[in-house]
Amino acid sequence: MKFPLYLDNHSTTPMDPRVLETMLPYFVEKFGNAASRNHAFGWEAEEAVEQARKQIARLIHADSKEIVFTSGATESDNLAIKGVMEMYREKGDHIITCLTEHRAVLDTAKALEAKKGIKVTYLPVDKTGRVNPDDVRNAITEKTILISIMMANNEIGTINPVKEIGKIAKEKGILFHCDATQGVGKIPVDVQEMGIDLMAFTAHKIYGPKGVGALYVRKKAPRVRIAPLIDGGGHERGMRSGTLPVPLIVGFGKACELCEQEMPTESVRLAALRDRLQAGILKSLDEVYLNGHPTQRLPHNLNLSFAYVEGESLLMGVKEIALSSGSACTSATLEPSYVLRALGVGSDLAHSSIRFGLGRFNSEEEIDYTITRIIQIVNKLREMSPLYEMAKEGIDLKTVQWAAH
Amino acid sequence: MAYSEKVVDHFNNPRNMGSFKKDEEGVGTGIVGAPECGDVMKLQIKVQDDKIVDAKFKTFGCGSAIASSSLATEWMKGRTIEEAGKIKNTEIVQELNLPPVKIHCSVLAEDAIKAALNDYKKKHGKSE
Repeated sequence: MKFPLYLDNHSTTPMDPRVLETMLPYFVEKFGNAASRNHAFGWEAEEAVEQARKQIARLIHADSKEIVFTSGATESDNLAIKGVMEMYREKGDHIITCLTEHRAVLDTAKALEAKKGIKVTYLPVDKTGRVNPDDVRNAITEKTILISIMMANNEIGTINPVKEIGKIAKEKGILFHCDATQGVGKIPVDVQEMGIDLMAFTAHKIYGPKGVGALYVRKKAPRVRIAPLIDGGGHERGMRSGTLPVPLIVGFGKACELCEQEMPTESVRLAALRDRLQAGILKSLDEVYLNGHPTQRLPHNLNLSFAYVEGESLLMGVKEIALSSGSACTSATLEPSYVLRALGVGSDLAHSSIRFGLGRFNSEEEIDYTITRIIQIVNKLREMSPLYEMAKEGIDLKTVQWAAH
Repeated sequence: MAYSEKVVDHFNNPRNMGSFKKDEEGVGTGIVGAPECGDVMKLQIKVQDDKIVDAKFKTFGCGSAIASSSLATEWMKGRTIEEAGKIKNTEIVQELNLPPVKIHCSVLAEDAIKAALNDYKKKHGKSE
């Protein structure tokens, strides 16, 4: 085993060496600008970009002409939401989204509310983190022009009923944007079957390079139009100007191709490792709670709350394993995870949550090591926890008058 | 965020971690914080002839909170009640090199010290 172990694959993934290999010729040797139409250097670059576009489109069952390259999923979310709201402003002023979206969507919606007078409905989720399609239907007004619901959540891995939401959107003639950053490459995604009109995703979550993402923009039934955020040379059919980062795009394409080929076996392998991790921890520790949906979740995600133990101290105790926590102490805002709060998880358990994000390069040996270390540190910190002591004495912590600070 | 060496040392080798029986003669207990806020500290002192002869802590919280309370027990031992009451959070910040976002941990430790001292005084008829 090579330390530190990396179990934070929702945050980013290491690049696959096979991806790097395909990118390398496009830095020095094949450096052309894909927009140069009048010489071999440009043609070579353009060909590479179009090849990548096909690989990417194939993974999500789209046409390659429907892929718009961006700098990443955050830009794609911004482009989709702001682009649609600007383009269709005369048709309405209402967006439907949900409380557990990534901040790339939430903050974009908030910015439109504050600056453009757009109205936004933030739908609640159930205790497993799923949006109820009926809530989407009920929130639709005559002024609704966009539904933006994520495919799978980045903290708890819960997969939304995207197909059902897509169906409602079609039925009502409303555009459906889906932030699929955590879903693409991990679970089967089919924009046709799912009724998705716009979809954001990125390369670095699927073992590709950082700095490149894509927005799927439906071309037929309906033909979706968006106003650009960045004006300039009219690249990407005018939706996103700027010289294309050819090496990154080539890497993105290869990353998608690998995901497509390996998903059937890899998702099974990851789910088995994840289940092993969960079972190993739950077998030896009491009062550990699963956050998210028991089955409708990403195969590589596990989010647990360890009662009476604060998340950041847990991470500090297993420094040789890279993990993430919903504890306020690990965020800039000093508030515990808004995603867990939206599920109705109490602040105390939100502070105690740990996210495990498994990936392509994790081994069974690493998972077994992680189980052992998590059990050790949780026992040690519970020994140190006044809350655990009180609970063991039979005191109901909910009835204690805490001096909040 | 990188922790100072002293925080890491207190976290890995906590000083005086544990509990006294609350009703034991000469013991004062202070519990501050709230689970919803992500930190709860329990500090206990054992007093003989106005002097703190022993101290213990238990903390639910981040590494800096654990280190602040561990340090507090070290500093309280051997002091008189009056001297212990003068421990300031700023001294804890300085000793542990706490960054600005962790200053509340030191404030909580100072509050826990005061709460333990007050509990002792109250139990022993010395409340102010």
